[in-house]
Amino acid sequence: MTKLQNFTKGIIKENPVLVLVLGTCPTLATSTNVMSALGMGAATTIVLLCSNVVISALRKTIPDKVRIPCFIVLIAGFVTMVQMLVKAFSPALDEALGIYLPLIVVNCIILGRAEMFAQKNSIVDSAIDGLGMGAGFTLTLVMMGTIREVFGNGTWLGFPIPVLSDNNISILTMAPGGFFVFGLLIAVVNKFSQNKPKKREFGCEGCPSADICHGKNCGEVEADD
Amino acid sequence: MTKLIIILLSAVFINNYILSRFLGICPFLGVSKKLDSATGMSLAVIFVMLIATAVTWPIQMFLLNPNGLGYLQTIIFILVIAALVQLVEIVLKRYIPALHKSLGVYLPLITTNCAILGVTILNIDEGYTFVEAMVNSLGSGLGFMLAMIMFSGVRSKLEGADIPKSFKGLPITLVAASVTSLSFMGFGGIIENLFA
Repeated sequence: MTKLQNFTKGIIKENPVLVLVLGTCPTLATSTNVMSALGMGAATTIVLLCSNVVISALRKTIPDKVRIPCFIVLIAGFVTMVQMLVKAFSPALDEALGIYLPLIVVNCIILGRAEMFAQKNSIVDSAIDGLGMGAGFTLTLVMMGTIREVFGNGTWLGFPIPVLSDNNISILTMAPGGFFVFGLLIAVVNKFSQNKPKKREFGCEGCPSADICHGKNCGEVEADD
Repeated sequence: MTKLIIILLSAVFINNYILSRFLGICPFLGVSKKLDSATGMSLAVIFVMLIATAVTWPIQMFLLNPNGLGYLQTIIFILVIAALVQLVEIVLKRYIPALHKSLGVYLPLITTNCAILGVTILNIDEGYTFVEAMVNSLGSGLGFMLAMIMFSGVRSKLEGADIPKSFKGLPITLVAASVTSLSFMGFGGIIENLFA
């Protein structure tokens, strides 16, 4: 796999949100407008990049049995750093993201990439993988944020859009709209990838608990045709 | 007392963790397929939420805040929760095997569940007292259970429905979740007016 393929797979083929279905909570919660979607995407990308690099660098040092707690501590450290930076330089973003900023720690994408990629690959590859996955996450969030802000609020990044700002569907910026737009996006992705076999309903290989539950409890493998 | 009831009811209905705060979506989409696994998972969540709050609230108030270490909240909380879940599992296995049999499989899954970390951080952010924090955790857990159980009913109806191919699986589940969430919005404003 070339470096470029490694980067772009996070955006299209293995898009963390739409294809692997990881990190659904922040996706639904922070995509109410483009600004907070961008902020969440950037914060997650920074944490993902740092944690991938450090975990890859320490992959021979961390004993296999205690790797999950080690990963969690490392990730929590980086999240705390990002949290402090955001609080210091952009209090408005801190306000908009609220509880979801510290909750990056339990974002399955980060632990999932550590498990699936960083602990098996070199530092450079892991860094590229982190950037690609972060870009895929950010792009998806911005896409959802755009749909929800343009149709729900009639603005884009705060700028009003002529006709739509008088005729907005405000339910889209609320909780039900989040589920609805996310469902539609996944349906669109399914439509375009229908010729490829895609049996998985829920991203199990990215789940840190996968080796305990073997897909018995979450993401039971389901043949959908 | 009224305040406690308001906290409890609004945690269950208005600020429902799954349907309006988007916390714990992974188990909501993954485990809500069958009624018994949905019930088991939500009981485990209620259990861990209560224990986690009982441990993290004193840590924040008596250990972190007096020493000016508030910024360590995220790191300490996630570690405490992870260790606690392991400990609870060991204790249950040793002393209450029956309970371990029904909750055991779900316990490791909820270590990295954002609903648990979310409830402990929100309890601190809202400035609740210890009793209020425990009531809020109970309400949040009950709300989680309500949404899970309701939704497992919705999903069993979806199984046999004739839907477009690209909507099969996750997309139609999300659209159904959207309608369920819409119905919960009807509770907005009710709780405050009950006691006004």
